[in-house]
Amino acid sequence: MKDLDIWTSMKTQPLLSVQGLSKFYGARIGCDAVSFDLYPGEVLGIVGESGSGKSTLLSCLAGHLAPDTGKVIFDTVDGPRDTVVMGEAERRRLARTDWAYVHQNPRDGLRMGVSAGGNVGERLMAVGARHYGDIRAQAVDWLGRVEIAADRIDDRPSAFSGGMQQRLQIARNLVTGPRLVFMDEPTGGLDVSVQARLLDLLRGLVREMGLSAIIVTHDLAVVRLLADRLMVMKGGYVVEQGLTDQVLDDPQHEYTQLLVSSVLQV
Amino acid sequence: MASEYNFAYLDEQTKRMIRRAILKGVAIPGYQVPFASREMPMPYGWGTGGVQVTAACLVPEDRLKVIDQGADDTTNAVSIRRFFQRTAGVAVTEATADATVIQTRHRIPETPLTEGQILVYQVPIPEPLRFLEPRETETRKMHELEDYGLMHVKLYEDIARHGQIATAYDYPVKVEGRYVMDPSPIPKFDNPKLARNPAIQLFGAGREQRIYALPPYAEAVSLDFDDYPFTASKADHQCDLCDASGSYLDEVITDDQGSRMYVCSDTDFCRGRREAGHVGRLGGGEAGQ
Repeated sequence: MKDLDIWTSMKTQPLLSVQGLSKFYGARIGCDAVSFDLYPGEVLGIVGESGSGKSTLLSCLAGHLAPDTGKVIFDTVDGPRDTVVMGEAERRRLARTDWAYVHQNPRDGLRMGVSAGGNVGERLMAVGARHYGDIRAQAVDWLGRVEIAADRIDDRPSAFSGGMQQRLQIARNLVTGPRLVFMDEPTGGLDVSVQARLLDLLRGLVREMGLSAIIVTHDLAVVRLLADRLMVMKGGYVVEQGLTDQVLDDPQHEYTQLLVSSVLQV
Repeated sequence: MASEYNFAYLDEQTKRMIRRAILKGVAIPGYQVPFASREMPMPYGWGTGGVQVTAACLVPEDRLKVIDQGADDTTNAVSIRRFFQRTAGVAVTEATADATVIQTRHRIPETPLTEGQILVYQVPIPEPLRFLEPRETETRKMHELEDYGLMHVKLYEDIARHGQIATAYDYPVKVEGRYVMDPSPIPKFDNPKLARNPAIQLFGAGREQRIYALPPYAEAVSLDFDDYPFTASKADHQCDLCDASGSYLDEVITDDQGSRMYVCSDTDFCRGRREAGHVGRLGGGEAGQ
């Protein structure tokens, strides 16, 4: 319900506003002069080949890397704030509450030595939940929402398949009801049928919770299914952006044309 | 008296360095202060941190007591006590109430401590988050930002697996509402004694090179869940020698048929009670059958 309120009342104000963001690795460019606005409920896809700077960009947005120049203004509960200059404590609080980060490899995002329930409950406990019964009930609920059987709650992620691990990682991230989700190749390393189910699940959750999301991927099918808008990166620069269908069906930039025509048709 | 050593083994500059770390630790309760731990004439894990803290605190007028698992007469306790008798020439005692400095491993004495006493703990692993987060840089960051959600994940896992908080020793406490602290491997039965204790409590970890402290009357709250509150547990028996019901007990196997007896782990407390006339189930023999 909360998310619906955000959807209706704050639609005019961007949730995330990125202005002139650059990150250099010495003389090499990570990403340069990236600017965009992301509105509540919107899903932005970032595509590009390996080394095009999409992961660098995502890390800068999520506060894992410090950008060299530029602003990342997030619409916090206290009004718009530049997350680049805010303190580490505050940024971590955001990362635990309003943000979520889904890693490509679930092993990076999960605690492999802790049970599924503990993994899902960690964010709740980090924001102050101290009632075991409530935490467990929420964990059961979220496992159900990502299609993991409730009797697996005390199993460790190492006993899960790759697809289940990825779904568990999503549950663990969404349990605190974030408003913005960063996803770094969420379907990478999964076989196509598992990918399809995961995409289905993600699409459902994004629509149902009114989430905004930034999805980095090199898989055009993923963005076609999930993303409202698309940004194409090459060599650290954004070469084209627009509505997903528009960019994919009528690519303007030569690299985008190459990218679109490279997809195998089966 | 052995004059070939500087008083209490360490040189004066080293003791100064350790005292500075102790003062900083007392000023910031629960914060782990790094210090330049020295090689001591004993292996790591035998109390090198505690010995250095004790050496830095001792003055010639002190009366030292050393306990290991509550007992005054175990190897670790006897050898550390003799070490300071030889290198510092201080008086020693086994009576908790008479001691001015008490070095301990894994217990807090049953006899309540008083103002002016110093309790020195030997600490193997000072970082309460260590087994959950192996990176030192990250655990320091977590302390800095009070990012302690992970600590409860450990307790959650306990309940999920065992139906209760199964952590029975090394039970984490939050000090003065700020730092989460590892109380060294004392049984959780002793945790309530950490809080608001009139004595100064100092913790030394030699191998890990950390000193931390609880100043007198500092608050130390054991972490728990609302629906699974902290309980200070002990074996549900009475001491077989002194009949005490409220002291922490060791279980001793007495033969191959599974017979066992429970005795106070605090030997000084147990002897005191027996001298005062309390007799347990098996305590008759020593009282002169």
